[in-house]
Amino acid sequence: MLAAIGVGSLQEIFERQIPEPVRLGRPLDLPDGLPEQDVYEHLRALAARNTSAEDELSFLGAGMYDHYVPALIDMLMERSELLTPYTPYQPEISQGGLQVMFEYQTAISELTALPVSNASVYEGPSAVAAAGYLAKLHNDGRRLVVSAGMHPHTIETLRTYAHGFGMDVVEVPLRDGVTDPDAWADAIDADTSAAIFAQPNFYGAVEDAAALSAAAKASAQSGEGGRVPVVIAQVDPIALGILAPPGECGVDVAVGEGQSLGNRLDFGGPSFGMFAAREEYLRRMPGRIAGETVDVDGRRGFVLTLQTREQHIRREKATSNICTSQALNALAGVVYLTWLGRRGIVELGELLLARTHYAREALAGLDGVEKLHEQPVIRELALRLDADVAAVKRRCAEQGVNPGVDVHALSGREEDCGVLLVAITERRTRADIDRLVEVLGAAVAAEHQAAVAVYPMAGHR
Amino acid sequence: MSPIDENHLHADPGIDGHHPHASAASVPTPPLQRDAARTIFQKGAPGRRAFVCPELDVPHVDVGELLPERFRRKQPPRLPEVSEPEIVRHYVGISKRNYDLDSGFYPLGSCTMKHNPRLHERVAALPGHARLHPLQDAERAQGALELMWSLQGALAEISGLPHVSLQPSAGSHGELAGVLVTRAYHEDRGESRHKVLTPDTAHGTNPATVTMAGFEVVKLATNADGGVDIDDLRAKADTDVACLMLTNPNTLGLFDPNIAEIAEIVHGVGATLYYDGANLNAVMGLSRPGDMGFDIVHFNLHKSFTQPHGGGGPGSGPIAVSERVAPYLPVPVVARREDGAYELDFGSGHPEGHRRVGSKSIGRLRGFHGNYGCFVRSYAYIRSLGGDGLRDVSETAVLNANYLLARLRQHGVVEHLPLAYGELCMHEFVLSGGPMKKELKIKTLDLAKRLLDFGFHPPTVYFPLLVDEALMVEPTETETKETLDAFADAVAAILREAAEDPEIALGAPYSTPVRRLDEVTAAKSPVIREVLA
Repeated sequence: MLAAIGVGSLQEIFERQIPEPVRLGRPLDLPDGLPEQDVYEHLRALAARNTSAEDELSFLGAGMYDHYVPALIDMLMERSELLTPYTPYQPEISQGGLQVMFEYQTAISELTALPVSNASVYEGPSAVAAAGYLAKLHNDGRRLVVSAGMHPHTIETLRTYAHGFGMDVVEVPLRDGVTDPDAWADAIDADTSAAIFAQPNFYGAVEDAAALSAAAKASAQSGEGGRVPVVIAQVDPIALGILAPPGECGVDVAVGEGQSLGNRLDFGGPSFGMFAAREEYLRRMPGRIAGETVDVDGRRGFVLTLQTREQHIRREKATSNICTSQALNALAGVVYLTWLGRRGIVELGELLLARTHYAREALAGLDGVEKLHEQPVIRELALRLDADVAAVKRRCAEQGVNPGVDVHALSGREEDCGVLLVAITERRTRADIDRLVEVLGAAVAAEHQAAVAVYPMAGHR
Repeated sequence: MSPIDENHLHADPGIDGHHPHASAASVPTPPLQRDAARTIFQKGAPGRRAFVCPELDVPHVDVGELLPERFRRKQPPRLPEVSEPEIVRHYVGISKRNYDLDSGFYPLGSCTMKHNPRLHERVAALPGHARLHPLQDAERAQGALELMWSLQGALAEISGLPHVSLQPSAGSHGELAGVLVTRAYHEDRGESRHKVLTPDTAHGTNPATVTMAGFEVVKLATNADGGVDIDDLRAKADTDVACLMLTNPNTLGLFDPNIAEIAEIVHGVGATLYYDGANLNAVMGLSRPGDMGFDIVHFNLHKSFTQPHGGGGPGSGPIAVSERVAPYLPVPVVARREDGAYELDFGSGHPEGHRRVGSKSIGRLRGFHGNYGCFVRSYAYIRSLGGDGLRDVSETAVLNANYLLARLRQHGVVEHLPLAYGELCMHEFVLSGGPMKKELKIKTLDLAKRLLDFGFHPPTVYFPLLVDEALMVEPTETETKETLDAFADAVAAILREAAEDPEIALGAPYSTPVRRLDEVTAAKSPVIREVLA
């Protein structure tokens, strides 16, 4: 090969191209390579030092959930034909991937009742930020009004992005567990580019989406020649079998974290972000979109379409910088929705609703535990503990139960002190919930006892 | 059946002369399925299903009591009604209408389509990784945090930049992180710079990122050797410039010999130097961005470190930075405490939720800690190869590219497809199809489509923009000499064929599930979902 190239040695290729001062004249300081079986054992040993949802009774949620992933998804995602292609730049040999995108877009449109969907973005919080950018491109407002009921990671991600866009993020507080409608209407002014809320919200509460959308549009119109804000909802797709879809609630852009749909936890990623909108936003959407067409013989086929939105064509005028997104995870999403099917997604939603309700009532019946709010909940519920949440969690862990997320540790908000967020997926049976009730009740009582022992007055609060 | 069958690589992909449709007899491999594309929404029957819902084991309460009517969905979403065998057959069926890396050569320039070792899938699927919740307490996720910490360290060593955040989700997300880090750095110094320089050879994500981060793009010219035009850089580098984004080797596959001088000019006006890591596969263990003078680099773990590309993701785009901009790094990063335990650090040692107190970090760019599943695979790759192995990777990638380039510079090809710039190349090279278009009457697009009939994924086409009829070829280190030879032979054969009859290439491909598609109509009247009954 060297002779064909016309060089005397491999080194000559580099010496002729990389200037000496920037050549690394030493080996990389990394551990030596290992045979496959040793790497396997090393990675297995690391995995063994993690307590996964397999190793404890887990009620962790707050953005990612331990739903059951059907076996056929594992099988399909391991197929070389789906696992190893690049982005479908050559449609004639990428019809499989393009059709998956088209089917995915159809499923997301159907789920959200919004006519256009892209083929996925990275994940939930950055999808909200991408929607904020769409709003800026659409109406060039300076303010992003967000409900404090959004996931703390979402609000922080939005702030990170908005600083680059040159926009301000204004938070609207909650009242009774949901977005305060008066504060919401007050916050939306003529300079508001988008009004953003989560459905259900971070604390598990079902928001009155239709009222929030209507109020956002009305506030703007009552202003002085103001722009109409883009109404953006971050929705939980697993709930959309039973919950009114965003497209029927006046929402313009629906985004969301897709992990619940057939994707595993993977310590937080990769998953995928949904992004669906009304027709008028189609040409401002970020990311890939597959479209139907025909070939020269009239055969139905699919292509990446509306590419003049995208970075590789439009460069600095693109609607987003996104290139690689989450095609394989979106595949898992559409296969999952197909597996659930038209009836299954309703049945699953009703099961989650019933079990979550059962769990909330049972848990709120414990001494030192109360509901954070009275709003309807679907798959997650928030409790206020009359005890230190971290200490309670430690006590539960000794019993093999992870009771949920310590919200204050996540959000840092003073008002979240004592709040525990409990997720109930279909994998958590009534027996599991009963076990949680027993263990959490004992842990709170024990913490109380300990607190009384140290601070005698604490018992009389 | 895959279209790629080694036995047929050298066979005549048989087109019967002027007839645009290949006759059955002349097609050497069974074509990919040619049945009409029917989506899953067009299959199944009412009542058919795969999912069996777990039993309602809690007391029945009327749905109306739990969720008021006005919040409820009136009609179920019209999802498919199909059984498990139908789902499997459907997706296996359409998967066969894909070309994939496991089936054949994929020399897509700038995309680094190297083999994905299967060990990575096995270890990523271990429940201790795959079913680990991102909000698990740190003390019960020590294995994951150690893995992330080790990966941060390895990326720091490979890049020569000491501080790493694994948070960004893909290369373009890493770019956004890097440019926002630059913005924070200048703002912290009380400067409001508004311009970012990008060469005209830059990936499209660079200028798109610059706009998203609120800067103005200023283009830099390329010199006759394919590198940054130093005079143009000197003229445009002023104190309004926040950053220069550069790829090195650049998208022409050329290592810029003036990199030290470029860094000096950029740093001289107080700007940062950003390294687009898409081409890192050329220099691992050979030259480090940090040693070249770069302040910020993003990695594409799905390119250089083998996360399978999945038909368009997932990827992962960690960034590494110099001391100068380290305080602004996105959070969280993994830190090791003195007692040897690992924890997530949200800036200035603060836990999550208190980060903004005293931290200069730009913050988060997404939920949780990044694409951990990709970290597992990349870490496994780095541990498999070690430092010497990574250097071998880059050396072999460059050797393969130069060998393929040499094969394509032989008589019969070089007249039609000359190398655009340079003599040697790094991990990829760019040919110009300009002469081919003029003399043989076929364009780069036609060559690419005809390559499909020969069983190859074509190279990247029409990029970089400054090369007429560009063809950008990146073979990677995991291809054999035989494959490279077969590809070179195929290109030569197509050019010979075009010299006799350009119509064949103009009508190609013939053996694919569909032939050339009407992209204009697709964009003009977009149909982007199935019409449901």
